Amino acid sequence: MANNPYRWAVHLSVVLFVLLWTLPTFGLFVTSFRDKDQIAVSGWWTALGSATRNDMFRAPEGEGEVEEAGRFTLTGSVFAGASGHVKAFGISSKAPDAFAAGEVADLGDGESLSVAEDGSFTLSGPESFKDKRGQRIFFTATTPPSFTLDNYRAVLFAEGLGRSFLNSATVAIPSTVIPILIAAFAAYALSWMQFPGRALLIAAIVGLLVVPLQMSLIPLLRIYNAAGQALGFDPKSYIGIWLAHTGFGLPLAIYLLRNYMVGLPKEIMESARVDGATDFQIFTRIVLPLSFPALASFAIFQFLWTWNDLLVALVFLGPQDDKLVLTGRLVNLLGSRGGDWEILAASAFVSIAVPILVFFALQKYLVRGLLAGSVK
Amino acid sequence: MADLKLTSVAKSYGDVHVLKNIDLDIKRGELIVFVGPSGCGKSTLLRMIAGLETISGGVLQIDGVPMNEVPASQRGIAMVFQSYALYPHMSVRDNMAFALKIAKKPKAEVDAAIEKAARILQLTPYLDRLPKALSGGQRQRVAIGRAIVRDPKVYLFDEPLSNLDAALRVATRIEIAQLKEQMPDSTMIYVTHDQVEAMTLASRIVVLNGGGIAQVGSPLELYERPENEFVAQFIGSPAMNLLDGEVTATGAVTEVRLAGGGVVRSSVPTEPGLKGAKVRVGIRPEHFTPTDGAAAYKGEVEITEALGEVTLLYFKASGSDAPVIAKLPGIHAGLRHKTLSLSATPDKVHLFRDGRSLMPR
Repeated sequence: MANNPYRWAVHLSVVLFVLLWTLPTFGLFVTSFRDKDQIAVSGWWTALGSATRNDMFRAPEGEGEVEEAGRFTLTGSVFAGASGHVKAFGISSKAPDAFAAGEVADLGDGESLSVAEDGSFTLSGPESFKDKRGQRIFFTATTPPSFTLDNYRAVLFAEGLGRSFLNSATVAIPSTVIPILIAAFAAYALSWMQFPGRALLIAAIVGLLVVPLQMSLIPLLRIYNAAGQALGFDPKSYIGIWLAHTGFGLPLAIYLLRNYMVGLPKEIMESARVDGATDFQIFTRIVLPLSFPALASFAIFQFLWTWNDLLVALVFLGPQDDKLVLTGRLVNLLGSRGGDWEILAASAFVSIAVPILVFFALQKYLVRGLLAGSVK
Repeated sequence: MADLKLTSVAKSYGDVHVLKNIDLDIKRGELIVFVGPSGCGKSTLLRMIAGLETISGGVLQIDGVPMNEVPASQRGIAMVFQSYALYPHMSVRDNMAFALKIAKKPKAEVDAAIEKAARILQLTPYLDRLPKALSGGQRQRVAIGRAIVRDPKVYLFDEPLSNLDAALRVATRIEIAQLKEQMPDSTMIYVTHDQVEAMTLASRIVVLNGGGIAQVGSPLELYERPENEFVAQFIGSPAMNLLDGEVTATGAVTEVRLAGGGVVRSSVPTEPGLKGAKVRVGIRPEHFTPTDGAAAYKGEVEITEALGEVTLLYFKASGSDAPVIAKLPGIHAGLRHKTLSLSATPDKVHLFRDGRSLMPR
């Protein structure tokens, strides 16, 4: 019982943190589907329920009226193309909700007006409505939430985000796969093969974990430039950035995978060895399948990091339009379309959609892969 | 289905000598059990035979071929591990097929071998399950099945029953005995620290102690004619009582006066020169009988353990000696804190001098 207040505190702060993260994200999500004008006048939370508004519609001056048995009838819709539900209407600004929807209002001079719930009105009178001022119709209406995909259409095709999306994928996917391939081999050797200097090599890799990557940007770029000049190719290429991301990701990859693989039962390897398997066969048929949780958890890390990376991409790929990655495009948009919330919200969502998908697809391996090896 | 020969085999890690001078001749069709206390090197010896540990000295031959440098996979052995060591991501069928697939055997042959092994081990309904969906006993059978499909020259079992609960252990022990009967030609080496397993399964037991072989022999040979005090105390439960004494009469029947004052006669013959020598008398707890006449041992019962079929009596120890234990058939109530005299028939009394048995070989 003594720990009860602590438990409550823990639960409360968890809820708080979850709200702190998910609420703005959700708001961004809703905003990205809203109309530019709606964003300007109301908050995203109002977009979810039906909004009540008071409005006025001026009936046309006799256009489209029909004469029948001496009465002129004018029909139309107060919403003029939009949709909604009329709750009440009136004919003067003093009493804008004098009549309920569906009632018939007497305007005097034999004229009458009725507005149905769906917004269609019928105005009829003994004389033509031509050459008169259009009748004002005040109404109270509720509008259902309205969402649009226009923002996404705009950012993906007009603002170049689609192109950048592909660029980011071109950077992130190989930058995730290549280090995993290399690290898996290295991790197996470092955990299950005997060779002199193994412990030293592991220590060196752990040491590399703490080297800040900013430190190596300029030396690396100089090497790239020199190699590009010597061999006659563009130093700022996708291959270059794949190599850079691979290098930056490898220490963590090897470290994580080795820790996982070293925790696999020794008897399984020995059994496979007695069964006649070579090291390569043990690696491909036993260690790799069993290490899937660790591979997946590293894949999440590396993918998120390369997808969200701006620094390495700008340095090794450059800011040209055809190679600009998503993060870079977002930065540009912030500058050029800083006031257009609908554009920014939709862009932000395009850029976080993939990480969210990757995370939810692999999240069950994330915790398992991180805990394995450390907790027995 | 092979002979195995170890000639002065040794194992050392740097300066630490784990095993030394192991000489052993294993004939085809034998089931050899290595027993010994923890750390005696029995598992290491098995792993050296398997090729999982290097051999530091001596020669290991299988069918007359030296195997010291041959990798594990080419020694023609199959090993069953204590932890089963099943491949957790493969079905039972794939677990058994693994070695054969590595060896690139034709599929029909692989399937036939698996069907046969599954039938012997009653695993046929479980062939497509993953190991995690099996009980402990079934997992152990899969591990054995994985060995059987390879049709190895030598089967190696490394404490295969240690992870099973008591009831399952007895059942699986009997299954292994039956399995051996179905494959009379197969050579098996079995490591255990459980002497019941050793006594029930083995055609010969190798008792290891302190990196060397203490004695090799059939289970009953070890029980009836232990060569030294270690084997005498290791085989049998509770352990044999060892009592200090002095030889008072030699000949076909030896008479020993025990330190406690009692006199005991042993049918172990002794030379006249041994008169007056310090010896240790070994009597198994089950060979003591209460007596009103001349007592070999007299003492106060400190603890009794009634097991139903037998009653164990622990006598008050004098000094730092281990307490004398007697095992009486049936139920004996009310013996606690009573003084009791015990005797033993001469043909059940062992004599040891300097740790070695005086029984003629």
